[in-house]
Amino acid sequence: MHIVDRRLNPGGKSLANRQRFMRRAKQQIRKAVHETAASRGLKDADQGGEVSLPAQGVHEPGFHRDRQGGIRDFVLPGNKEYVAGDTIPRPPSGGGSGDEGSPDGEGEDDFRFTLSRDEFVELFLEDLELPDLAKRRVVDTESLSWERAGYSVSGSPANLALLRTVRNGLSRRIALRRPKPEEIAALRAEIAALAEDDPRRPPLQEELDRKLRRLSLIPYIDPLDVRYRRFESHPKPVAQAVMFCLMDVSGSMTEHMKDLAKRFYVLLYIFLRRKYKHVEVVFIRHTHQAAEVDEDTFFNSPETGGTVVSTALEEMRRVVAERYSPDAWNIYAAQASDGDNTASDNDRTAELLTHAILPVCQYYAYLEVGRESDHFPPGFIRRDSDLWQTYQQIQRTGVPMAMRKVNHRREIYPVFRELFAPKDARAGAETA
Amino acid sequence: MSTTTTRPLFEGADWEFSTIQRAHDAIERIAVDELGLSVYPNQIEVIGTEQMLDAYSSIGMPLFYKHWSFGKHFARNENLYRAGMQGLAYEIVINSNPCISYVMEENTATMQALVIAHAAFGHNHFFKNNYLFRQWTDADGILDYLEFAKGYIAAAEEKHGEAAVERLLDAAHALMSHAVHRYPRPRAIDLKAEERRERERRLYEEQMFNDLWRTVPGQDKSGRDATAAEKRRALLQLPQENILYFFEKTAPRLAPWQREILRIVRQIAQYFYPQSQTKVMNEGCATYVHYRIMNRLHEKGLLTDGAMVEFLRSHTNVVFQPDFDDPRYSGLNPYALGFAMMQDIARVCTEPTAEDRNWFPAIAGSGDPMAVLRDVWANYRDESFILQFLSPRLIRQFGLFHVLDDAEEPQLTVQAIHDERGYRKIQRALARQYDIAWALPDIQVVDVDLDGDRTLVLHHRALNRVLLEDRDTSQVLQHLADLWGYDVVLREVDPADDAVMREHHAAWRPGILPPA
Repeated sequence: MHIVDRRLNPGGKSLANRQRFMRRAKQQIRKAVHETAASRGLKDADQGGEVSLPAQGVHEPGFHRDRQGGIRDFVLPGNKEYVAGDTIPRPPSGGGSGDEGSPDGEGEDDFRFTLSRDEFVELFLEDLELPDLAKRRVVDTESLSWERAGYSVSGSPANLALLRTVRNGLSRRIALRRPKPEEIAALRAEIAALAEDDPRRPPLQEELDRKLRRLSLIPYIDPLDVRYRRFESHPKPVAQAVMFCLMDVSGSMTEHMKDLAKRFYVLLYIFLRRKYKHVEVVFIRHTHQAAEVDEDTFFNSPETGGTVVSTALEEMRRVVAERYSPDAWNIYAAQASDGDNTASDNDRTAELLTHAILPVCQYYAYLEVGRESDHFPPGFIRRDSDLWQTYQQIQRTGVPMAMRKVNHRREIYPVFRELFAPKDARAGAETA
Repeated sequence: MSTTTTRPLFEGADWEFSTIQRAHDAIERIAVDELGLSVYPNQIEVIGTEQMLDAYSSIGMPLFYKHWSFGKHFARNENLYRAGMQGLAYEIVINSNPCISYVMEENTATMQALVIAHAAFGHNHFFKNNYLFRQWTDADGILDYLEFAKGYIAAAEEKHGEAAVERLLDAAHALMSHAVHRYPRPRAIDLKAEERRERERRLYEEQMFNDLWRTVPGQDKSGRDATAAEKRRALLQLPQENILYFFEKTAPRLAPWQREILRIVRQIAQYFYPQSQTKVMNEGCATYVHYRIMNRLHEKGLLTDGAMVEFLRSHTNVVFQPDFDDPRYSGLNPYALGFAMMQDIARVCTEPTAEDRNWFPAIAGSGDPMAVLRDVWANYRDESFILQFLSPRLIRQFGLFHVLDDAEEPQLTVQAIHDERGYRKIQRALARQYDIAWALPDIQVVDVDLDGDRTLVLHHRALNRVLLEDRDTSQVLQHLADLWGYDVVLREVDPADDAVMREHHAAWRPGILPPA
């Protein structure tokens, strides 16, 4: 009998199978991931975890009999009252008296399984990119770090690369045949051993002189040999970001609109989480006045009042000034609104946005949410909302700002993708 | 036997490798000397949770080729396990020589002893001796074959691309249930056996020679020319129920590597074929063996009372059979039925009642239950075993009853219960429930339209007029058409009058085969 301890064998034997499975079910998993993410709290959205797929998509078919029709019989245990000839009403689910699972024991239920956090985020954000705007603010928002970059022939003594210098010296001395001290000592000893008038002495003395001359001509360490460690400065991206969620919560915003907004925020949050080590979220809601609130209040508690967008921007400016210095933080903002704004406020909004908000922001996204059934008959030109018109003017000046309209849940992800798709793809989309 | 004071094999739950070795040796003495079991050499491998899940997803085999469906099973098992909805098996045992048993590292010492008795001796004996396993599986070669299969499929993926191999395996897996030979085929004839047969035949002819036969008018042979269709079917070895075999040998457009992969899937299906026919017996055998062994260990003082209680608790859980109206009911538990039947046979051998003598005259009171059981384990499968050995006493004990569900009747009827008139009926009905030929639909390749558009024709003989499940059938049929390269039609016929009840069609689409 052999006992083999397999516990130490490398794990992950079925990883390859798992990857194949994920690739196979990619479409469905992706869809499931987005649905799952939307139903979670903002900050838990990227935690990975259980997703469920429709069973049919990864179904393995086989020949088996239908579960209904024809004549079938069973032998069951636990008879208590029946005698031969009794009749039993047919159970509602057809003929299955409980002993017939579906053939693979799997049933038609959804297929549930667990994704790791990395898998989850990877699927969620496949081929999306951060807007290529970080570079615009390299100077003021990114700190520099010094990194070793080879050797140079000049530098400060503190950066002397001793090893490299001595090595260069050694190779130069070998190349130029600088006499070694031992050779000279040996020659001297040989000369001393000979008598004063020995005829062999003059040539030896001559050679010794030559070697001594050579020794003094070829220095042990030459300035040519000296090397310094070289450093280059690299811009280091700030590894933290803050995301501002601005939302109009006035009466005109329906639950449906809030849900759309939330989905967009979730996407943005997960996206930022992948790029930055540390992401904070600030929720600012506004009616005719604005306030910073927690997530639950932000999405769930109703509020009434008019609509003055500039208050939210004002509040954001205040929070930025107080807590999030643009030097240390990457600032992203996403605003969701149904487009209403008090007419008199538009100028003020534009003013704040252009001069206070956009200069500190990496990116500003405006999402105009509409009713699900917002269909205009063809032929009518839909009038853009006040806010939309205002923002459009600002956007034309080439600021880091994006704006989209969304009516239906299913449009959220495409819109998000469109905004954050890799640059060349986006360029195509923008001009289109 | 001189009674020396024996020390228990272990105390407490902890174990180490020497404990396993000691337990194995003690169990081996009982199994071989007292129960007369004959087993393959054992190899016990200790594994962790993740490795057990790995083993689950590759149908218990230590190495297997790669396919997404295994990843799917792994994901599901892992999820169920992590959610606490499903415990893991204590062991997995592989029908190979040496017989490999996986044991979990989390098991307590008692559980390890139980697992060794159950798997390394119970299942092992069954694998080595049962006629189905001897006939259909090659315990010596299976690991090498899997090694070859894994390597071959990996090489094919490298050469032809993962997608191509995956599509082929999808199709092959869908047909796995219809990829077994149910009857042994004639083996290649070797010269010696052929000579002997020839000699015997001649001898027989000489004995039976009677000149009178020559004078009897012979049949008119001219009218019996086989029709073209019959010839074609004979040439193609039709009808053929092993669909993958038929494709491997006959499908017109498969590449050689594709045939080889079909063959691999088919061989593996064939390897597992005996297991699906002997669930009750296999588990019954293993459970009976571990029950006997653990009791003997305890009698000999090798198991502490505490360990015995732990064992009994686990044992009773395993052989628990909920009633049909219990929410926990999910079919007859093979462990419960198998164990009860083995116990019952032992009882009939030693303490038969008048009823038993009537029902089992051959074994009642024979006095040597192990000899009878060894014979049973060697020569029966579930269906024949139940037909032969399900005793009236057990039918009463389980309260078995037979229900008929005819879709044309408004209600189900109870056909038989545990009474004098019902015993035979229940035996027959239950045995049939375990007959794999009844459980699987009978689908055969019957013809190929060689003169026309090469349509492949399959028949499903719809037993009891139960048709195939529609959605799955059309999917599998699509796989068939993809492999075949031309149209495929499946007719469901009523075996009573050969009337076609329903037809499924599938047309070839490119994917597995290159466009023509």
